[in-house]
Amino acid sequence: MYRYDEFDHAFVSGRVEQFRDQVARRLSGELAEDAFKPLRLMNGVYLQLHAYMLRVAVPYGTLNARQMRMLAHIARKYDRGYGHFTTRQNIQYNWPKLSELPDALADLATVEMHSLQTSGNCIRNVTADHFAGAAADEVADPRPYAEILRQWSSVHPEFSFLPRKFKIAVTGAERDRAAIQVHDIGLHLKKNERGEIGFAVYVGGGQGRTPLVAKKIRDFLPEADLLSYTTAIMRVYNLYGRRDNKFKARIKILVHEMGAEELARQVEAEFADLRHSELTLPEADIAAIATYFAPPRLAPRAEGWANLAQWKKADPDFARWVRQNVQPHKHPDYGMVTISLKPIGGIPGDASDAQMEAVADLAEEYAFDEIRVSHEQNLILPHVALADLEPVYRGLVAAGLATANSGLITDIIACPGLDYCALANARSIPVAQAISTRFGSPERQAEIGELKIKISGCINACGHHHVGHIGLLGVEKKGEELYQITLGGSGDENTSIGEIIGRGFEPEKVTDAIEVVVDTYLGLRLDPSETFIAAYRRVGPQPFKTALYGDKTAAAA
Amino acid sequence: MADKVLTANRLSDGTSVWLDAAGNWNERLQTAFVARHKEAVEALEATGRQAFADNHVVDVNVIDVEEVDGILRPLRMRERIRAEGPTIAYAAGYSGLAATAA
Repeated sequence: MYRYDEFDHAFVSGRVEQFRDQVARRLSGELAEDAFKPLRLMNGVYLQLHAYMLRVAVPYGTLNARQMRMLAHIARKYDRGYGHFTTRQNIQYNWPKLSELPDALADLATVEMHSLQTSGNCIRNVTADHFAGAAADEVADPRPYAEILRQWSSVHPEFSFLPRKFKIAVTGAERDRAAIQVHDIGLHLKKNERGEIGFAVYVGGGQGRTPLVAKKIRDFLPEADLLSYTTAIMRVYNLYGRRDNKFKARIKILVHEMGAEELARQVEAEFADLRHSELTLPEADIAAIATYFAPPRLAPRAEGWANLAQWKKADPDFARWVRQNVQPHKHPDYGMVTISLKPIGGIPGDASDAQMEAVADLAEEYAFDEIRVSHEQNLILPHVALADLEPVYRGLVAAGLATANSGLITDIIACPGLDYCALANARSIPVAQAISTRFGSPERQAEIGELKIKISGCINACGHHHVGHIGLLGVEKKGEELYQITLGGSGDENTSIGEIIGRGFEPEKVTDAIEVVVDTYLGLRLDPSETFIAAYRRVGPQPFKTALYGDKTAAAA
Repeated sequence: MADKVLTANRLSDGTSVWLDAAGNWNERLQTAFVARHKEAVEALEATGRQAFADNHVVDVNVIDVEEVDGILRPLRMRERIRAEGPTIAYAAGYSGLAATAA
């Protein structure tokens, strides 16, 4: 993984000391809140309902055991013993004291971590496929490019005061595991007919109150032009993006209002000026960054095949976990392990300090010291020999991390919601817990198959409800919580925005409503191989509306 | 007019606090001073502005409450959760902000 050079160390340490001074001046009253607020946001510090919240960046979701142990240490020393992994592959702490935050950031800096650009109208943490560097279907590892973008965008003077926040995602495979089409810029790493590496470029996707699927504005951008083309997009956005209305300030609105063709024309014109400038990436520089992400040397471990077959036969729970949570690796003797942070009835994305330590131990012993955070709020060990799956599983069982539900109905994404968030209108976590409990039996989950439920506690859509196969949006109506159901969303290579199915449901009725939707699907699918999303795309919303509301199909939401 | 109390978050640690009758910022809603008429509300608002200007608290708001059997209850769920802590158990042995503050 990427290692800081001297410049990086000096820069991050300098920012910590700068923030320490700002906090001291704020606490002494020398600095007023209006002046301080943008400064704390630049350091990932929010004020939520009960306390400050610190969001720590995990660039493209990649970290090592030492860093994970530091995240556990932060949870123990500065928080209440746990953290919440987010849909931007970051981690949030819910209870830090402002006065202690500079110390927390100084501790993070010792393991090359920080919280810069995890908030504010800047380019946020660049996300990537959580299976990067390991997936069998990958054209190339997207992380070197994500790292190049991170370095380029960090405190970039031209792009530090954008009309609104800006999110970039990179995927290296045809199967999109980074939801690139709901990002401001989505980059799909591919090879052209000559075998050269480049990107299909998507612009203007996003969720929030105006969900839009990104438009592809370039089929193939040579890798050398990554920064010049991205700069061209940013310049067009910076010039024309609206600053008069926060709700219309994202680039998706610009793309929508200007039209993708005209935006592409403007970007190409800007690109023509920038191309062949100092922004062109020399091959040697790309290669130098790529060496940081070289895969570990994976020795043949063919004995794992026989071991695995025996272990699976002896332990049905282990067999279920392997089937659900272990994906094929590009090396046939290895697998990619998803560590579910979705225990049945638990809080999606939360991990205690002890659990973080356990994951760090397992990563060090069995997974070449690599850990990933997925945007689906799980952790990943990307390189585990099949021969080591059994001890890894035992370690995860001991830590309460062996739930075999990756991609199933209880693998729910949920934002913090009204239990923590100052912006939320309704709670997300208790709804996720109730659904998880209702559908928790392994047999029932297996029968239902792949089904992604995503829950947001407000229209900002941090819980990605627009791209849930089943999405839930919590709203406040007459002082009470109400949950709108959307169906048919998807955040992969066939991205779609879910449709609101009808009027909302009260908290105590929403789990029943989900069950009606699920039972309707089970009743109409062609066979067990037809997934929920495939069935929905075949039959449309009507059978679900009828099941939920009877023949009076769907009063207004 | 609904009864009202003054709430904010303490600057140094962000903890939710309510203004009590002695003029202190208290971590328990049940100690809050309740304004029941216009002049009292105006006094709360003025106190809040001053406390913000003095850098004691941030995010200062006057909120609606009702008193039921001597217990103060915010009308909005958001404020009830601020007062009582998350509605979920998230760490062993922890039972909400109010319990910690008590």
